[in-house]
Amino acid sequence: MTAEELRALLAEARTSRDFGRFVEAIPFARFLGLSVAMQGDELVTTMRFDPKLVGNSTIPALHGGTMGGLLESAAIFTLLAAPESVVLPKIINITVDYLRSARAVETYAAGVITKQGRRVTTVQAFAWQEDRAKPVTSAHAHFLVQDG
Amino acid sequence: MPEPRKPFDRERALSVMASAFRTMVPLNAALDLEAIDCDFGVSVMRLPWRADLVGNPVRGVLHGGAITALVDACSGASVFFALPKPVPIATLDLRIDYLKPATPHKAVTARAECYRVGRNVAFTRAIAYHDDPSDPIASSAGTFMIATKGDSVMRKAGS
Repeated sequence: MTAEELRALLAEARTSRDFGRFVEAIPFARFLGLSVAMQGDELVTTMRFDPKLVGNSTIPALHGGTMGGLLESAAIFTLLAAPESVVLPKIINITVDYLRSARAVETYAAGVITKQGRRVTTVQAFAWQEDRAKPVTSAHAHFLVQDG
Repeated sequence: MPEPRKPFDRERALSVMASAFRTMVPLNAALDLEAIDCDFGVSVMRLPWRADLVGNPVRGVLHGGAITALVDACSGASVFFALPKPVPIATLDLRIDYLKPATPHKAVTARAECYRVGRNVAFTRAIAYHDDPSDPIASSAGTFMIATKGDSVMRKAGS
């Protein structure tokens, strides 16, 4: 994919509010089995359960990397959906807090932009399963959002 | 780093790591994670480059989430190799700093060290690099809870 094709795909998804198309641009999001859609006024990323996403097969629980990848992806989708978004954000760092064991079921995530700077944006993201009030994993991440 | 109570059996640990960390952990297998080396409180693993693990389709570099999985698995292994006996552990938190852009189409290696084992919590640091550990693309700090509920991966693996 060229930079122009990526830019066009992201812009088209944003203007048509067909945010599910973000997943087409990011191979690893497809590997995780993610889908993206507006639920009310919130962009929610859904990760369908797949046995390959498991980290501890005894409990069983989703892998720490699975949850980190879901939250990083949800943060990126939140930024891509923002009207001022132009480029694929580059991650500077991410801190993931593992709050509860993430069970082998469908998992959801959403992000909130806590600071939108000219060069750097801060996003907080949460993942939950059946009960939104009991997040299983949370993260905060910084992204470079400047072009080039 | 904590002192080993008996000499570290590297060959045995590496063979357990090479089998258990993939057979017991489906995501490690799905990512083709390779066990490269280990020592007391130290683990080295490699994530091969694959087209389906890419984060930026223009640049072709691995997604941060794939690096997170590598660093989490490698850091967890370093805790196992620092424990006097294998007990279940769980990641409490993991921070990853991306120091410079990764090179497209290149595998990433992680080297993790568990430098402190407390009664409840173990502390790790890790770097990720392509070829040269002195030129890392990412660095990480992690904490792990020791002796969580559930069966030990190592015990299930027959050790």
